[in-house]
Amino acid sequence: MSIPNLDRRTLLRGAVAGGGLLGLQGLTPAWAQTVSPGLRSDLPTLNGPNIDLTVGHSPFTVGGRTGHAFTVNGLLPAPLLRMREGQNVRLSVTNTLDEDTSIHWHGLLLPFQMDGVPGVSFPGIRPRETFVYEFPIKQSGTYWYHSHSGMQEAMGHFGPIVIDPAGVDPVAYDREHVLVLSDWSFLHPHQILDKLKKSPGYFNRQRTTVAGLLDGSDRMSLSERRMWGAMRMDPRDILDVSGATYTYLVNGHGPQENWTGLFRPGERVRLRIINASAMSIFNVRIPGLAMTVVQADGENVRPVEVDEFQISVAETYDVIVRPTEDRAYTIVSEAIDSSGMGRATLAPRPGMTAEVPPLRQTPNLTMADMGMGGMNHDAMGHGAMDHASMGHGDMAGMDHSAQAASSPMSMDHSGMNMRDPSKAPANMAVGVGVDAIAMAPANRLAERPQGLQDVDHRVLVYADLRALTPNRDTRPPSRSLEIHLTGNMERFMWGFDGRKFSELVEPIRFELNERVRVTLVNDTMMAHPIHLHGHFFELVNGHDGHQPLKHTVNVAPGSKVTFDLTADAPGDWAFHCHLLMHMHAGMFNVVTVRPLEGAAS
Amino acid sequence: MKTLALALASLILTAGPVAAQSHDHSSHTAPVQAPAPDPHAGHDMSGMRMAPAAAPAQTPAPDPHAGHHMSHGAAADPHAGHDMSGMQTAPAAASAPTSAPDPHAGHHMNHGAATADPHAGHDMGGAASAIPDIPTSADAVGGRLVQASPPPGALAGPAHAADLLFDPSVMAAARRQLLAENGDVRTTAVKIDALEAGFGDGADSYSWKAQGWTGGDINRFWWKTEGEGVFNGRLHDAEVQALYSRAVAPFWDVQAGVRQDFRPDGKDTTYLTAGVQGVAPYWFEVSAAAFLSTRGDLTARVEAEYDLRLTQKWILQPSVEAALSASDTPELQLGSGLTSVKAGLRLRYEIRKAFAPYVGVEWGRSFGDTADYARAHGGAADDTRLVVGIRAWF
Repeated sequence: MSIPNLDRRTLLRGAVAGGGLLGLQGLTPAWAQTVSPGLRSDLPTLNGPNIDLTVGHSPFTVGGRTGHAFTVNGLLPAPLLRMREGQNVRLSVTNTLDEDTSIHWHGLLLPFQMDGVPGVSFPGIRPRETFVYEFPIKQSGTYWYHSHSGMQEAMGHFGPIVIDPAGVDPVAYDREHVLVLSDWSFLHPHQILDKLKKSPGYFNRQRTTVAGLLDGSDRMSLSERRMWGAMRMDPRDILDVSGATYTYLVNGHGPQENWTGLFRPGERVRLRIINASAMSIFNVRIPGLAMTVVQADGENVRPVEVDEFQISVAETYDVIVRPTEDRAYTIVSEAIDSSGMGRATLAPRPGMTAEVPPLRQTPNLTMADMGMGGMNHDAMGHGAMDHASMGHGDMAGMDHSAQAASSPMSMDHSGMNMRDPSKAPANMAVGVGVDAIAMAPANRLAERPQGLQDVDHRVLVYADLRALTPNRDTRPPSRSLEIHLTGNMERFMWGFDGRKFSELVEPIRFELNERVRVTLVNDTMMAHPIHLHGHFFELVNGHDGHQPLKHTVNVAPGSKVTFDLTADAPGDWAFHCHLLMHMHAGMFNVVTVRPLEGAAS
Repeated sequence: MKTLALALASLILTAGPVAAQSHDHSSHTAPVQAPAPDPHAGHDMSGMRMAPAAAPAQTPAPDPHAGHHMSHGAAADPHAGHDMSGMQTAPAAASAPTSAPDPHAGHHMNHGAATADPHAGHDMGGAASAIPDIPTSADAVGGRLVQASPPPGALAGPAHAADLLFDPSVMAAARRQLLAENGDVRTTAVKIDALEAGFGDGADSYSWKAQGWTGGDINRFWWKTEGEGVFNGRLHDAEVQALYSRAVAPFWDVQAGVRQDFRPDGKDTTYLTAGVQGVAPYWFEVSAAAFLSTRGDLTARVEAEYDLRLTQKWILQPSVEAALSASDTPELQLGSGLTSVKAGLRLRYEIRKAFAPYVGVEWGRSFGDTADYARAHGGAADDTRLVVGIRAWF
């Protein structure tokens, strides 16, 4: 409950030069202290041009229990790096661990060798070594940084980056707060993965049951269960790792610790929200406050007012809220499987709280999640299919999916080929690692994301995002590329085009400055936040000429997402699912951009 | 327990995993009685989505500082709510992509929104209006889609950009680690399916059944063991199998190796074994194996079990096991044909997912000559026991 006082600030300023002292201020950085007045300029920040970061071990306590964390400068989340567009930055990262570490600057455009992925951009940082990252800041917005080694990111090794624009910020605000969302487990991430490999439903405590059938609480009929059973798929397989083990954090605070950001009624408050989770996608809302989304993945978008939005792993959203009343508001970041929530508070004064809404019902997967959302395009034209993909939005009824399932269509499922190689490109390996191929993947960018189909307020959809400034490269794509996101849920295998990265896959090759249209087809029934390093891609969402720029896109289950990419960053870049365990299980590849002319060195 | 009956029925029908697997690949029979397919079905959603998209306009509270000073444009798109379905259908109709898909696919429908928008920054409407529907392999006809190759420049060297800046041997080591950490996950599992005490007409008995593996996703060393005996008495029989297991289909492994039986009467037997193990449709865990003894006797065993979740923690598990023999084998007290069947029903409570005590019943019966052998040795042809045990894995 300590608002940083002058002494602490002074100490921190002094410590910026010699990062080792930072451990003295406790595990939570000043901007993420339990009560934060916000990011005013007199608050301690690390803003370079020289920044020292030390990666080490720290105990971390949440909910009265203490575990082991990997931290940067002793902090969880890691220190806020606040920089300005146009400056040069020199980040010296010292590894005090007994294992390798690294820092990837997520979303920053920089020379490939500064990108921080061991084995792709550089060798990694050995124990007791210091690696100096040095690059010019060429952009502005909200970003973050994290380890790309040994799943350290799942144990606290992540922090926020805010870059102020060189010119006038088109977004006006009186106060700002950074909200770093994350998931904390007292299980080591390698243990989590080990359990998933042996029992993929291990963390799912919300499966359909006979009890749920009898009392109707599963909202799923017997025939629908049979259909899922026939496919050997779990209609409640929403997130692999759930609130059964995770405590969802906001700025390193659990729901009980209740991180609180202050405001004065009437102020325009900018919330910079970063999902630094290992495995958790959140639906974010502030009951009683509308949010105007002004930025996505660090890129300004045309403002759009919503009541709730989904933030997938590694995405960032900036929203403006304008609380006018002298009351507290709860910030809810609910895991999309409703197995738990992060909770924080916006309040005029410390100590105030607002009502915390109960967890929602666990959503059930739908036909569209099975890759049949686009069924109506297919020659088979099963009329009943579109129930699932149809707008749940304005239809208040709860049970669309159940209706769809009880339709005649669902009965015929076992007779359909859910794994037809002709629905995939010739270069895809259809083997053990592919348990399904989407028969008719739908473009679901205009659909509400998982868990929000039936809420009765405004929800952000990807189709709402429109870049504030026109797209720079107006050339039509010269080539199209289709990449399938594939998996075997039962064996917890994940990959691209049916292959795990460990199977010595071909890199994805682009020519320098080539303009390519890439379509990601999600053959699985889980969402995958797909991240391309070193580039922004333009989401093909109908806003031609103003396609929103993103570094990470959440590909809904059974859907397809298309983006246009100008491969303008020579070098080698990681391309992967940002669900950490999916990446670790193989959903990773390297993108090469050649020739290397112009690659800074 | 209709579900249970259904489960057991279809289990018998399934008759082994291979048959079950074919379900998976059966073709599009499925004539659907669904109403005449609306060609626009599913497209309506874009129209419906308009509401949330256009919603900001309903809150014309935009403060003059509003994000991007765009409040003047807050009028909803004049086309908002229009039925866009026709527009979206176009690309679908134009689907059937070739290896060189039209890069503009879908773009034309944006009625003017295409190309550099002269109203950049002012156009507040049109959100989610017409998302181009880019065709994919799923829309392709006439075989699998062959993708366009990257242009020649993309193939220029070096193979690994970082090798130019860092010691190539250090980078090579880092790449090996990267490979291992992105897909090559090794696991070692021990699963105690049953460790139980049985109470019936005869002496109180104990039995165990466990298996485990070590290896990657495809190739594993797999072991299995089971056995039984009576308390304060002798071990009746025990077996251990050491197998090479290979994943051959998404839900199926084939396994081959050796099985060694230990019997107190000294008739230890060694077998070569081959089988399959996996998950059949409807989540039946199935295994089937054939055993060829060093004496030339051929036997087989088929097992299946099903987890019926009553609640998140109470799970009812029916199981069946059938044993067959190709020949009359007096040494092992086996007649030819179906030799025995066991059926169990166990109710467990998962204190933790990986640790569950249970109670249940197990019924067993031997048939034909096998039953006669059993009677001749003072046993019974059928046996029902109450069982209590634990199931655990780690």
